[in-house]
Amino acid sequence: MRSMPFGGSYVPETPSQTAGPYVHIGLIPKQAGFDIFENNFGGDIAGPRVPGERITIKGRVFDGAGLATRDVLVETWQANAAGRYNHSADRQQGALDKSFRGWARTGTDFATGVYTIRTIKPGAVIGRKGRKRMAPHINFWIASRGINIGLATRMYFADEEAANAADPVLNIIEQPERRKTLIAPRSERDGNVTYTFDIYLQGERETVFFDA
Amino acid sequence: MDPIPYRRETPGTQPPALWPDYRSTVLRSPRKPLIALPHSLSEVTGPIFGHDRLQPNDADLTSQHKERPIGDRMIVAGRVIDENERPVAGTLVEIWQANSAGRYFHPRDSRDAPLDSNFTGGGRTITDEEGRYRFITVKPGYYPWGNHPNAWRPAHIHFSVFGPSFVTRLICQMYFEDDPMLRYDPIYMSVPSDAGRKQLLAKFDYELTVPGFGLGYRFDIVLRGRNATPPEADHAH
Ligand SMILES: [Fe+2]
Repeated sequence: MRSMPFGGSYVPETPSQTAGPYVHIGLIPKQAGFDIFENNFGGDIAGPRVPGERITIKGRVFDGAGLATRDVLVETWQANAAGRYNHSADRQQGALDKSFRGWARTGTDFATGVYTIRTIKPGAVIGRKGRKRMAPHINFWIASRGINIGLATRMYFADEEAANAADPVLNIIEQPERRKTLIAPRSERDGNVTYTFDIYLQGERETVFFDA
Repeated sequence: MDPIPYRRETPGTQPPALWPDYRSTVLRSPRKPLIALPHSLSEVTGPIFGHDRLQPNDADLTSQHKERPIGDRMIVAGRVIDENERPVAGTLVEIWQANSAGRYFHPRDSRDAPLDSNFTGGGRTITDEEGRYRFITVKPGYYPWGNHPNAWRPAHIHFSVFGPSFVTRLICQMYFEDDPMLRYDPIYMSVPSDAGRKQLLAKFDYELTVPGFGLGYRFDIVLRGRNATPPEADHAH
């Protein structure tokens, strides 16, 4: 226990450790090749009745040698199409569809290195100080072999140019060049909308990671 | 009114992203500083999991298949609390581990040690009102890895926990006290303080031991807690 500046005491958080190369056994068993749980938490989270624009997010996670990793756990957390989180701390008015949990989990593919998430595009979320809305975004958290502490980042939508320009979090990032690492381009094919969000762990294009 | 933020990391408690003794971190650690993110709704909210999504066998890794797996059966139990020592109730706890011969049931583990068709090594449960969880499993074996010559991982179980928000998410590993391999393991040794390393050790627990069934080990997990006082200068004091 440590003493706090305000008095009182606390126990510090348990140290993080790498998820290792076999993370699939516990968290993505289908990718490990077995299916023992009745409910699997997966990367396809937009049920048929969930309101919102259907989108697919695809991307790869590159290491410092420029190679696409094939063993990274990818988790996302997002608001619904009305900009509300399915969580008690979100006291905003407005539609909350309890069937949309807002959380997805998948892994980069063993063969291609590509991860895929099928969801809906979130709405703008109320920001700090209750004033400015944050541009629509999806919170990412990744973990794997070689990552001692899970990495947090955010994906923004390239078609939300005005909202992105005013976003209070993107604007914390000093160099405009680095903001671009969080903005996913949109493409449409046969009526299917895909956003491509590649993550760079190191190098010139290193993705902005947050101390969240 | 802004959400009460979570406490920032206590310096010297978490392993550094770049830890060259653990070779895989060299190409996978960000080199630019992390950008401090004031906590908004996006950070203080997170996924909620209900009991309805899990089955009783999910927490008993020894009864997920036709027969019992080979190995020393044991009970691993403990509490998930936050830094303010409050129980973290109703949160998802997931584990994965090697079998008793030190082999993972995984397409990428091709080492010359036997697989056990009765043990896949994954489990999950939800904490109760007091933050308690309990798994039944077998003691994982040692396994060699390619990090450096004669490298062996200490016996360990991987843990994944959520907590009440997306920023309390934690993945760690549980080890056994008195394991002689601990001091040679660069993953365990990446934790900078003695106190922190101790937090990763499960303790033999006679009370958790079930007569005629298996030994009990206690492992408590601490997740980030809320700040006692909002840190922003614009909140009046
Ligand atoms: Fe392991």
